[in-house]
Amino acid sequence: MKQDTFSLGGKKFHSRFILGSGKYNVELIQAAVEHAGAEMITLAVRRANSDGEGNIMDFIPKGVTLLPNTSGARNAQEAVRIARLSRELGCGNFVKVEIMRDSKYLLPDNQETVKATELLAKEGFAVLPYMYPDLNIARDLVHAGACAVMPLAAPIGSNKGLATKEFIKILIDEIDLPIIVDAGIGRPSQACEVMELGAAAVMANTAIATAGNIPQMASAFRKAIEAGREAYLSGLGRVRETGGEASSPLTGFLRD
Amino acid sequence: MNGQLQKKLGCMEYMEGMEQIDSDIMDKVLKARETYQADRYTAEDVKQALEHERCTIEDFAALLSPAAAPFLEKVAWKAKEEKEKHFGTSVYMFTPIYISNYCENYCIYCGFNCHNRIHRMKLNTEEMEKEMAAIAKTGLEEILILTGESRAQSDVSYIGDACRIARKYFRMVGLEVYPMNSEEYAYLQNCGADYVTVFQETYDPERYERLHLAGHKRIFPYRFHAQERALRGGMRGVAFAALLGLSDFRRDAFATGLHAYYIQRKYPYAEISFSCPRLRPIVAMADSQEDGQKKDAVSMKKKEVMSVAGPLGKTEVSERELMQIMCAYRLFMPYAGMTISTRERAKFRNHVVGVAATKISAGVSTGIGSHSEEVEERGDNQFEIADNRDVSQVFQAVKAQGLQPVMNDYVYV
Repeated sequence: MKQDTFSLGGKKFHSRFILGSGKYNVELIQAAVEHAGAEMITLAVRRANSDGEGNIMDFIPKGVTLLPNTSGARNAQEAVRIARLSRELGCGNFVKVEIMRDSKYLLPDNQETVKATELLAKEGFAVLPYMYPDLNIARDLVHAGACAVMPLAAPIGSNKGLATKEFIKILIDEIDLPIIVDAGIGRPSQACEVMELGAAAVMANTAIATAGNIPQMASAFRKAIEAGREAYLSGLGRVRETGGEASSPLTGFLRD
Repeated sequence: MNGQLQKKLGCMEYMEGMEQIDSDIMDKVLKARETYQADRYTAEDVKQALEHERCTIEDFAALLSPAAAPFLEKVAWKAKEEKEKHFGTSVYMFTPIYISNYCENYCIYCGFNCHNRIHRMKLNTEEMEKEMAAIAKTGLEEILILTGESRAQSDVSYIGDACRIARKYFRMVGLEVYPMNSEEYAYLQNCGADYVTVFQETYDPERYERLHLAGHKRIFPYRFHAQERALRGGMRGVAFAALLGLSDFRRDAFATGLHAYYIQRKYPYAEISFSCPRLRPIVAMADSQEDGQKKDAVSMKKKEVMSVAGPLGKTEVSERELMQIMCAYRLFMPYAGMTISTRERAKFRNHVVGVAATKISAGVSTGIGSHSEEVEERGDNQFEIADNRDVSQVFQAVKAQGLQPVMNDYVYV
């Protein structure tokens, strides 16, 4: 069977589960990565910007690709500065653009995100913008040089699941870049559903961080994401919305 | 602010040089405080508040009321859940540095007030550097710069020098200094500070006037609008507090929450946080055997406040009540930061960071020049603290609660 992989920034990934590293104890990161089978992990540049004891960078297993995020940026310029700092800190070439002008719901500012994506892509970053699922903005992000688009399923940390499902389906249909669903996925079944829709990958943090057993939940997500992907690849059976098939077809009288 | 009260109270008139901004937040907060009747709420109101997904102003009022006291355990569980949603297990660590204890205000409850015969001093830049280097060695990456409120002794450029030095040693620099104009905040933001804390002390203007007898601090509205001016000056975050125990604490906590709430509505990008100081209470102190001496000091303070400001009435805040207030803040604004003061005992602090608070200080001294061996002269303390643990002790205690101590989660941009 052909290997099912996807590419980001010229790098091939087998795992379709991008794990978050915030909100839980650093000692558990290694186990979470292993149980998740994750090849990519996000971390806040502002959190990595530390020399102190318990610095998160010391706890991220070798061989895992870092996806540093620009959380704390309130506009495109700040996101660019944080991304550059990320490079200086040795966090690599990937960057997840997160720009928020709202401290309550932490909803992304789509316009500023497009600007930052363009600036950072020009500087050679592999840019993954976190965005509110809007088709026009997604197209702008493609033109700006993004290597994937990361629409939110629900507000960050809310564990509310696929609240923006219809709009994410549109992005999956219309955008040629990988669609990675980020934020709001609260349980494995929701991650599975995202993958069934044809998303390239799922990113989750709070759902795992707030679980009773973090490695076990990471493992549950892994299985759900794999199941959803397999279902998507196999072609889901259609859903009969209106009961059984009629025995006397409406088009039976037509001549060939 | 209604006109009558404004005329009656001298504390409502601005002094020369104080910037006045166009804002209706004070009127809204004071009106709500005045009409808040904590006794009106019932167990049913509290139950409903706990069921709501988003805590309304009425829910917040119910959670602060005496009717919520029997539900404290339930409230705490919900607070913990909200805290984890927004902050996970992270607990941020910092320490304050007092760089000057000169003060021109006469606040009758404060150790720094201008009539107290304490040893006054301020650090020069060389001493600041030594102090900050000594603090940085403990592993901390966030510092809160404090001064007494004297524009003459610690002017804005002096505080700016402190911010620049702090930027060399720390990732994150906060300020808890006298309120100033927005362009002065802009200057200090440029020097490296990004967070401003101003305690309103009490949101009861009449009581405020009787407690703050002289100095710039006497001007209630100038203090009230400090957070707004700080944000206009470009600061990233602002913190709010009432010194619980100076007046009706439920009303003051209600007003503190609303103050923060309206600021966030008007400046949605602002990072909001709360501090939760209380006048050291007599009841809790009496439980503590080793604190005999401090108990006397606190009794003295209470007596002094009463003699000038009138009887305190139902203002004393027990530990349970403090917990209730912190949880109410958490549920009302689940995304807000919250600092737990060293005025509280270690055990309380250890537990409350797992439920409601997000930030804890360590290695604290409220005196001047006490972090470094190399600074010989020392200035007296603002208040006694109840938790003397150093940075590594607090770090370990936080870990022992199953939480993650975080030294920095911030970038200055």
